[in-house]
Amino acid sequence: MYDTSDLRKGAKINIDGQPYIVVDFQFVKPGKGVAFTRTKMKNMITGSILERTYRQGEKFEKADMEERQMEYLYPEGELFVFMDQKTYDQVRLTAEQLGENKFYLLDNLVCDVLLFDGKPIGISPPIFVELKVTATEPGFKGDTSSGGSKPATMQTGLKISVPLFVNEGELLKVDTRTGEYVERVKK
Amino acid sequence: MQGTRTAFFLGQRARVLRAIRSYFDACDFVEVDTPLMVPSPGLDVHLDAFEIKDTRAPRYLITSPEYQMKRLLAEGMPRIVQLCHCFRRNEEGSRHQPEFMMAEWYRTSAGIEEMMCDTEALVEHVARTLLGTAVIPAMGNAVDVGAPWERLTVRDAFMRYANVSLDDVLPSEEKFYELLVDKVEPMLGLGKPTLLYAYPASMASLARLTPNDPTTAERFEAYIDGVELCNGFGELTDPREQRARFEQDQAQRRKLSKPVYPIDEEFLSALDRGIPASGGNALGVDRLVMLITGATSIEDVVSIPASRL
Repeated sequence: MYDTSDLRKGAKINIDGQPYIVVDFQFVKPGKGVAFTRTKMKNMITGSILERTYRQGEKFEKADMEERQMEYLYPEGELFVFMDQKTYDQVRLTAEQLGENKFYLLDNLVCDVLLFDGKPIGISPPIFVELKVTATEPGFKGDTSSGGSKPATMQTGLKISVPLFVNEGELLKVDTRTGEYVERVKK
Repeated sequence: MQGTRTAFFLGQRARVLRAIRSYFDACDFVEVDTPLMVPSPGLDVHLDAFEIKDTRAPRYLITSPEYQMKRLLAEGMPRIVQLCHCFRRNEEGSRHQPEFMMAEWYRTSAGIEEMMCDTEALVEHVARTLLGTAVIPAMGNAVDVGAPWERLTVRDAFMRYANVSLDDVLPSEEKFYELLVDKVEPMLGLGKPTLLYAYPASMASLARLTPNDPTTAERFEAYIDGVELCNGFGELTDPREQRARFEQDQAQRRKLSKPVYPIDEEFLSALDRGIPASGGNALGVDRLVMLITGATSIEDVVSIPASRL
């Protein structure tokens, strides 16, 4: 159990069977009155925001969260199948649960799968992944530094903005936190 | 950068302190400094004190200098002011520090009305001295602190902003404070400061009951842009009523499994000897500096916040 003094940004709590992460909190107390903690929380499944004011000392159920390293296997209809590398258990996530992360799913990519009450609710891919460019305008020779960018489509369908010198077939390092180009990978 | 920020806020803070002193000096107040280590830190049910170890008799850090200053009223001092640190356990946030500065003052031959007027005049004086105008940045929405301020009873405020009758709320003190912080406080002091007054008698604290309406007390608080700035009283000076309230507070603390602080008998015997009708007010100096400078966190306006000690 948590109480209000354990509330921090990033604390994960279970409210009515839903996992919430605290995104903001404020200590509120009228001079001669009762103390409260005003919190803003995000539902970790739906992304919806909940604002609540709690009495000081009020108790919370900790969200039963677990992260397990799993390997991405293959798509199965609308679902994406992952396998626990230790137990060989398989779990399935929907495209909605993966959100933008579905664009980083290379075969055999090892991700952290987030489980709430034992059920998968999302993944954290590695911070950087290497993706191949499948479509972009031809690059300009010699143009390696001057600014300017163009759209490119990666092998997973991800669309990002890349420097002008990038060519089709090249391997790029991409930051999965921002979906931004980092650098070319020389192989 | 951090250096210039600190220099700016502490420079303004020093000017605020000077302006507060010049206001009270002009009104013929005597500045006093009463002990910070005391036998009873105040019995308010929702204030927790720090106990000091290694003293011969039990001692606590003050949560406000109220008892000691009122003893000086009994000694015949007509107008006194104090600028001192006060200490309250378990209070830390963007508007709270466990150690903070209070400006507290008392006038004899005065009641709640004089205290409200003092508050208006003091804050306007500080604003004009520092900024050359009565318009202050507050918490991001400019507020004109020129007198007179809005006066609003607690009953009207709950009706207007929480759409409830105080009579339906009051059986539960918790419900009262919940609505106060969620619905009422954020609406107070927008554009113009609000003086919230006529607190229910059950929340009189150390205020006397309103002579022509004993269901309310002569207690007020000032709000600027949603921020509580001070708490003032037409003072309770009847020793028997005061002892009864202390005993009630002690019982309440016991019920809530909170530490039960002793009754300050020296303070009660001062009331016994007699204190003229008086008004008093306690104003959070750090918050005033925030409102004058537009700082959004109290940590910006103190020299070293508790979190960085």
